[in-house]
Amino acid sequence: LAHGGGGRLMRQLIEEVFLEPPPALAWTERHDSAVVPLGTERLALTTDSYVVTPRFFPGGDIGKLAVYGTVNDLVMSGARPLYLSAGFILEEGLAMEELRRVVASMREAARECGVRLVTGDTKVVDRGKADGLFINTSGAGHVPEGRSVHPRRVRPGDAVLVSGDVGQHGIAVLSVREGLAFETPVQSDCSPLTPLVEALFSAGVDVHALRDTTRGGLASALNELALDGGVSVLLEETSVPVNEAVSGACELLGLDPLYVACEGRMVAFVPEPQAEVALAALRGHPLGVAAARIGRVTEGPAGRVSLRTRLGGHRLLDLLSGEQLPRIC
Amino acid sequence: MIRLAITVRGVVQGVGFRPFVHAAATARGLSGWVRNRTDGVRIEVEGPAPRVSDFQRALEREAPPAARLEHMGVEALPLQRELGFRILESDPSAPPRPSIPADLATCPDCLEEVVSTSARRFQYPFTNCTRCGPRWTIIEALPYDRARTSMKAFAMCSVCEAEYRDTRDRRFHAQPVACPACGPSLRLLGPEGDCLREGEAALREAVKEVLAGGILALQGLGGFQLLVDATVPASVELLRQRKRRLEKPFAVMFPSLDQVRTVCELASEEAAVLTSPAAPIVLLRKRLSGGAKPWVADAVAPGNPWLGALLPSTPLHRMLLDLAERPLVCTSGNLTDEPLCTAPGEALDRLRGVASLFLVHDRPILRPVDDSVVRMGPNGPLVLRRARGYAPLPLSLRAAPPYLLALGGHLKGTVALTVGEQAVVSQHLGDLGSIEGARLLERTVEDLLRLFEVHPEAVACDLHPDYASTRLGERLCERWGVPLIQVQHHHAHIAAVMAEHGLSGPVLGLAWDGAGLGTDGTLWGGEALIVEGARFRRVAHLRPFRLAGGEQAQREPRRAALGLLHAMEGPGATVHLRDAFTAHEADVLLAMLGRGLQSPFTTSMGRLFDAVAALSGVQLRTSFEGQAAMALEFAAGEDAAVEPYPLPLRNGEPAAADWEPLIRALLGDRTQGAPASLMARRFHASLVSLAEAIASRAGLPHVVLAGGCFQNLRLLRDIQARLRSRGFEVWTPQQYPPNDGSLSLGQLAVAAYRYEEARDVSRHPR
Ligand SMILES: [Fe+3]
Ligand SMILES: [Mg+2]
Ligand SMILES: [Zn+2]
Ligand SMILES: [Zn+2]
Repeated sequence: LAHGGGGRLMRQLIEEVFLEPPPALAWTERHDSAVVPLGTERLALTTDSYVVTPRFFPGGDIGKLAVYGTVNDLVMSGARPLYLSAGFILEEGLAMEELRRVVASMREAARECGVRLVTGDTKVVDRGKADGLFINTSGAGHVPEGRSVHPRRVRPGDAVLVSGDVGQHGIAVLSVREGLAFETPVQSDCSPLTPLVEALFSAGVDVHALRDTTRGGLASALNELALDGGVSVLLEETSVPVNEAVSGACELLGLDPLYVACEGRMVAFVPEPQAEVALAALRGHPLGVAAARIGRVTEGPAGRVSLRTRLGGHRLLDLLSGEQLPRIC
Repeated sequence: MIRLAITVRGVVQGVGFRPFVHAAATARGLSGWVRNRTDGVRIEVEGPAPRVSDFQRALEREAPPAARLEHMGVEALPLQRELGFRILESDPSAPPRPSIPADLATCPDCLEEVVSTSARRFQYPFTNCTRCGPRWTIIEALPYDRARTSMKAFAMCSVCEAEYRDTRDRRFHAQPVACPACGPSLRLLGPEGDCLREGEAALREAVKEVLAGGILALQGLGGFQLLVDATVPASVELLRQRKRRLEKPFAVMFPSLDQVRTVCELASEEAAVLTSPAAPIVLLRKRLSGGAKPWVADAVAPGNPWLGALLPSTPLHRMLLDLAERPLVCTSGNLTDEPLCTAPGEALDRLRGVASLFLVHDRPILRPVDDSVVRMGPNGPLVLRRARGYAPLPLSLRAAPPYLLALGGHLKGTVALTVGEQAVVSQHLGDLGSIEGARLLERTVEDLLRLFEVHPEAVACDLHPDYASTRLGERLCERWGVPLIQVQHHHAHIAAVMAEHGLSGPVLGLAWDGAGLGTDGTLWGGEALIVEGARFRRVAHLRPFRLAGGEQAQREPRRAALGLLHAMEGPGATVHLRDAFTAHEADVLLAMLGRGLQSPFTTSMGRLFDAVAALSGVQLRTSFEGQAAMALEFAAGEDAAVEPYPLPLRNGEPAAADWEPLIRALLGDRTQGAPASLMARRFHASLVSLAEAIASRAGLPHVVLAGGCFQNLRLLRDIQARLRSRGFEVWTPQQYPPNDGSLSLGQLAVAAYRYEEARDVSRHPR
């Protein structure tokens, strides 16, 4: 099954299985979380499942991922995250000690994000029926009055910002899982995006849209956002922050860092006149010091993301089909 | 007395055919008329029977050099007894057929005018006539008439108009006819688009700039070109730097055959191609420098014993080169990996950082057409890049297939379509990896469909899901509601050569190239397929090996070598490649190979060439496609065959050629200090033996050679000779390139078979 890479097949799967009429879900827009009315207030809801091998990696573990990931999905709709639930599927034989460490890590992460783990569930399945440990977390948050963060609000001319250098998480996990010793060890970037988003709003930025760059990396996140927003995006290759350890590893691996996963990075679409203010706001926080302006929204076909390369040409950053198979003859 | 209606199809428009017919009829005192139709030319001719048949013979024997008569239909008609022979207006009612001519190099008569001080067109850079000049680059629609070309904006002056109407004139109905009074003109622009000079002064200033070491962007016939002084190393280096093109050879335009001879060996057949109406770049063997002048800087084609040479093919180029009096580098006016710029605005925008001056004109270029590239092969000229002078000349098919469109590969893109009994393959479009490239592909499709008024019943493309051409195919099929027919890469390679030679199979095809997606999801490239129509069977391939880093391995032959060694020796592989990797690189790459991480399996012959190039010390890294394989071919030189390395074909369905004994023997040679040239020759010899072994096993009389590896002349020549000596009939690419440039043609051929099978099944349901 090549549907998990965050690429074209993943999108197809979602469209074909979940969004065919009548939609299995009440919301028909693909967004990280759903925003629904609750009395006069707006509630953001989201759910996500976490599977990662190995469960502990430099810079994080599956527990942190399960908290940050769901928190970040809430934050991407402009919400302040409030509550989380957690469901565990344990494979028989998982060490109790390991589970304790994961849960402790989740508590710590939840405290850091200011959310409360309020309910949970645990199931144990037979050996071989699950890969050690699966975690599902759901989250609820409150969208403050006046915030409107949605792909629909993206406009040609908007500046595109990224909150930090890309590709660390994917490389960190890969190096541990595959036993690859890179010259400079790479740490996962897994972290909560709450402070960065709050920093943008405190600075008075009229944030149009946000998306965390998880599976499929920066390129895939932008593809989805551009498609949902009905716009094109033009990036400058020289502006996209990639640290040297990651770019070195990517060259060896034959990977494009723009397609490598992050777990603590987001792209923000903001009005051009506010770009510098927004950038300063991001850089003012330790998690956003490497924030950069990487491109802009342009008129053009919905979902087209292109990159002006170092050589001055333009490359299409499309959603690749599953495996990246060499195209060069 | 008799009257005949003669319909002629082929390339008969825009090549001076009607004036020729008129002259031939008038000379024989025959009456009647000739007229262009969208499907060719129709002639009605009347007179005494012997003179009419003499006229018919003249049609075949004396037609203008650029005309190509593909089909002549003759029918008897009742007498009409009119007076004289006339040329009638075009008749647009018949359905369009591809008889669009290619652009033609300036003819001797026009050249003469351009240099003779008394001629009206003295030093006029846009001089042309019915036998020469722009065609494909200026045609908007069919039939070919001035009103449907990019010359329509220029109103003819009375003198030009008189020439255009005079049946005895060389310019009778020469659609792009022009002169200094009424035609296009030159301007020299600075990098900001400011006009510095006009007319002849523009030309002189431009040449001055080039001779002073500058880079000139020239709006040529089919797009912009970048020119620098080829004799000055610093100028060539500057161009390399600005274009960010490290080592890939540049072509050189020479002012004369004599200057070509000073720098290169030139056989008479090569000279004939250089001076033909197509006037392509011809790859010639460089002479050893004997101190003769002019000489060409090494940086033009570093480390390469061959040089791409061409002669001026328009009066503009002729005048430039006459003023420069020396060879000039003449390379496509684009950014690396992007399509050619065609309009001044676009060139200013994209080439501002490259060129210092822009010499432009106001005759719009309707489609980008690059210079073609030809190499003299064992069976005559072998077209490596098919563009100016060749495209869009049609290929006759044996039967009329359905209307189909084929979209080709990912690099060296071309589009092909069927129109009646013919296949038309577009000019070379270049790399489709950039947005500009993908857009050009789409524009070219629209252009061809509009010109030929064809609505495809199906679209063919490659199997690879991420080729720009496949993506376009999916979109088009959805838009038009027609089926998408995906054709395996190497099947298409072989089918292209079969189409060129009118073969329907079964044949044994050796498709040896870089890589294409196979039906099993791995990267094929060292394939032997038995092909018959819509079907193929894989009968042999190279033993699969892993490529650490996938596409990245294509730029680093050392990775291909590591893949082979790892398959042989596991983690100990690097002992044979000590200098090629740092310890850290080796660790990571071996771990990737060991775990199969980002390390797809391949059976690519191109990568086997890479591995051998790396292991024999010829090339560890490359900066352009095919560089290592070229270096290995050059290392092998022309010397006679030697003892091959063992490359046994292991039994199986399909059989696998095991490179392990080859690599072991090569490492043995290397340990004993054998020179790279010997290892390269032995490697080539092993492939010749392999080809023979595969052919014997397949037992089919016809063998087709296809794929990028057969740009290697030593390989092509030796395999062909060996197979012929064993009684096989061997078919090789000639008019259409061995590389991915002919994938569209192959896809078209396979799709035609498949489409008809599907139609037959639906007509006669079982
Ligand atoms: Fe190929
Ligand atoms: Mg998520
Ligand atoms: Zn002429
Ligand atoms: Zn005139």
